[in-house]
Amino acid sequence: MSTPTLPARPAGGAGAGAGSGANGPRERLRRLRAELRHWRVTDLIGVAAAWVVGIGLCVVAASILGYMLVQGLRYLSLDLLVTQPEPSLNQTRSGGILDPILGTVIMVIVGTLIALPLAVGAALWVVEFGRPRWLARTVESMIEVIAGSPSIVIAIFGLAIFQLPLMSWMSFTADGGAVFGRSFLTAGAMMSLIAIPSIFTATREALLSIPQHLREASYALGKTRWSTIRAVLLPSVRPGIATGTALGMGRIAGDTAIIVVLLGATLRIEPEGGVPLWGTLTGTGSTLTSYVYNNSPAGEGGAPEKAYAAAFVLLLIVLALNALVSIAGRRDPARTLQK
Amino acid sequence: MSRPATESHDPAGSDGDGTRGAYPPPVRRIALDRAPTVVADDPAERPLVSPSIERALRPATGRERLRIDELSIFYGDAPKPAVNAVTLPVHEGEVLALIGPSGCGKTTLLRSLNRLIELTPGARRQGRIVLDGEDIDGLEMTRLRRRVSMVFQQPNPFPMSIFDNVAYALREQSRKRPSKRDLLPRVEHALRRAGLWDEVSHDLSRPALRLSGGQQQRLCIARALAVEPEVLLMDEPCSALDPISTTVIEQLIHELRSELAIVIVTHNLQQARRVADNVAFMYLGDLIEYGPTEELFERPRAERTREYVGGTFG
Amino acid sequence: MLARLRGPLTDRRAGLLLGAPAVAVVLIVLAMLVFVAIQAWPTFQHNGLGWLGDGPAPTGGTVDQQLGSMVEGGEAPPPSAYAIKAWPLIFGTALTTVLSIAIGIVVSVLAAIFIVDLAPRRVRNVVVPVVRLLAAVPSVIYGLIGILVLVPFVNDNLISEGQRQSVQNVIPLTGPGLLVSVVLLTLMVTPIMIALITDALESVPRGWREGALALGVTQWRATMSVAVKAIRPAIVAAAVLASARALGEAIMLSMVSGSNGYAPRIQDGLIFLFEPLRPLAATIAENTESINSAALKSTLYAFAFLLLVSCFVLSLGSYFIKRSLRAQGAR
Repeated sequence: MSTPTLPARPAGGAGAGAGSGANGPRERLRRLRAELRHWRVTDLIGVAAAWVVGIGLCVVAASILGYMLVQGLRYLSLDLLVTQPEPSLNQTRSGGILDPILGTVIMVIVGTLIALPLAVGAALWVVEFGRPRWLARTVESMIEVIAGSPSIVIAIFGLAIFQLPLMSWMSFTADGGAVFGRSFLTAGAMMSLIAIPSIFTATREALLSIPQHLREASYALGKTRWSTIRAVLLPSVRPGIATGTALGMGRIAGDTAIIVVLLGATLRIEPEGGVPLWGTLTGTGSTLTSYVYNNSPAGEGGAPEKAYAAAFVLLLIVLALNALVSIAGRRDPARTLQK
Repeated sequence: MSRPATESHDPAGSDGDGTRGAYPPPVRRIALDRAPTVVADDPAERPLVSPSIERALRPATGRERLRIDELSIFYGDAPKPAVNAVTLPVHEGEVLALIGPSGCGKTTLLRSLNRLIELTPGARRQGRIVLDGEDIDGLEMTRLRRRVSMVFQQPNPFPMSIFDNVAYALREQSRKRPSKRDLLPRVEHALRRAGLWDEVSHDLSRPALRLSGGQQQRLCIARALAVEPEVLLMDEPCSALDPISTTVIEQLIHELRSELAIVIVTHNLQQARRVADNVAFMYLGDLIEYGPTEELFERPRAERTREYVGGTFG
Repeated sequence: MLARLRGPLTDRRAGLLLGAPAVAVVLIVLAMLVFVAIQAWPTFQHNGLGWLGDGPAPTGGTVDQQLGSMVEGGEAPPPSAYAIKAWPLIFGTALTTVLSIAIGIVVSVLAAIFIVDLAPRRVRNVVVPVVRLLAAVPSVIYGLIGILVLVPFVNDNLISEGQRQSVQNVIPLTGPGLLVSVVLLTLMVTPIMIALITDALESVPRGWREGALALGVTQWRATMSVAVKAIRPAIVAAAVLASARALGEAIMLSMVSGSNGYAPRIQDGLIFLFEPLRPLAATIAENTESINSAALKSTLYAFAFLLLVSCFVLSLGSYFIKRSLRAQGAR
């Protein structure tokens, strides 16, 4: 066989290293151009389309947000925020958006309070107990069904059950005995359904990402499952729960269909009966979403300026909740554990 | 990515017999008068010939295919190059093994031969690489990578059927989508060369990811061979495999070398010894020594090489 | 609630305590299916499956007139009051959903490729939060922008007087309609799809892409023929999730669709895009005020039932598609 004739390091090394370095942006551009020349036309169209879409997305988002910002700042005033709405077609006399803001806050609180224990409990049960298997799988698929159900369907399902005489305590009953079925409580109960999937999923993912040996260590110390859940698992999935909850709150704040169907669409918060808090909960009202809807040309159509102002406030609330999600996500120890 | 368990569908001769799992196998079987596709028959009956005798039986290495000339690779702002002014020839019909401790730049060197290194952000190259007298910078990237094909450390078959995997590059390089029937001969040829045909021919539509690890790697070799490359780069092709699959792949490298030039990166000295004709030893980016396998292992010239092949460090 | 449970709880009791909400969730969903089906039953009873079809109802009139006459039926209407042919609404739902999802798939795959493959890091750091932000915008805000900006724009600039006159005896063209509906619906569902597809594309093993590149395939082809092909299950899942959103979008579409129980006619050519419609969900939302009428109530629940069944069939279909794709090792 021929012996390779090569010194490990040829003396001199002339001519090498000079011409073909991949350095410098100009050189790289030249190369890119050279490579693109060999691409198929369809590939080039694809790349161009992807760039157009990506940039277009930013432009669209920027124009939506910019437009809302301009309109919101134009029509929003402190006065508007703190006065109650008045039933008037005249824009100068239709009052502010205090009640819708409060309505949104109440709705988010009620919905979250109902959704949180249900979703977290269900997630804990599915991951930590999960027997019998078929039931656990049923729970998961039912939550998927909720996630896939349109909120308008959830809304009129709510109407069907809350108009039953059995449920009369949750809303007001008319003279003839017909149950109205519309109140913060009934709307909140249905709102909890649209928040459950995100809380459930986030909690379950967080629980699943906890290494098994943490649980085993706790069991080895003679702890019961319950104290393990309380002392070990819950603290470490708290950021996951927070993420899911903030997402769910965003969905509640942004939903219109359930409000339109189940909150009675009164402009102001109208408590039922004399008990302070309970009266408000079983009473009717409006939220920012229904306010926007009703004041747009599609509703009574009276006040597009106020609709813009309300929509701007709504957008701020939703964006704030969104920011919470990323903050909670960043603090998620379950994620660091995974790595 | 979940890789399917290795126990599924393996030929009787490769994985089934656990008693032969000596690692590394002490001697190598020679492939003299066998059908080119046979991997599945009982290897125990074949003559066992020691590496040095076999190497003596082989014809001399052919003409120079690839030449690495004063090649340096820098990553980002690191002052020291990952590969430092390396010059190496690759001949037709030879297996060149790049050895050296982890981080010595052997994989970087390999990946620069088909310009895959350019995918790494911040990687810069100096020096020339010449393929059949042409600077690879002047070649169209896609052409270059078909002539200098590559097999990776982790078997990476695409999530498609076996057939589609091998036919992938053929389909991509033709403008009109060729029919399955047109492709079949070339797919079969590639699978035969990779010694996989007998194991998979009964069902080419099986998902490639259902194959065992060793079969997946041979499928990747078949996929790389389907484009009829002149040089085959192998980046530690056996490090993710069990000893028996490793033996099969090493066997394969043997059979392939008559047709093309193979550059293999390995951290396994025994493997380099078994498969390579020439060995290049790298250390911290420098090419320390290059020579015929026998010489480099038996009579290393450099102190570092002696320490490394002697197992003092590495 | 938790305070009372500070004390040690046996495994069994803890299981029951946590099992209760799990079972409650199951019961709620089952109750939803049962309730909606029961309420919808009279419509099926009186019309069979014929109400899904097209043409004049036995009592005559367009679908909107049929719905309107139901309100007068009161709480104990005669069987004839249930008569309805809901095809225009069903067609409107299907049309808006299919079009927006079809556009959405193309746009979101391209956008995901842009985000994962093409965009420089700095651009990417802008686009990713932007997408998340767009996904969070409540649909009523899209509706507001649609009705106050897009609808007047379409009415003033896109619809010509000739077009308006050519169909004036059939349907008024005033701006709201198919075009605005589909644009906004696409805008609404695309961010979710982009988020899901981007996640999937990022999780494609690097080895697959490198393997393709090492075979002499261009970057773009490596993405399209290996990465995008590998994430087809995720694309299907994203499309199904988005179609559930699109099918069920009530308020936004009620604002910008023109709210007219009319089935846009493709044979009208370009005018087709400007013709108004009203999908099922919007019909439900707009008529809940009059739900005391038994016939209307049953009809609305029938619509809801149809939406539920469609969503269910979609997710079932996606399950089987995903399963067969995953059999090849796609993810």
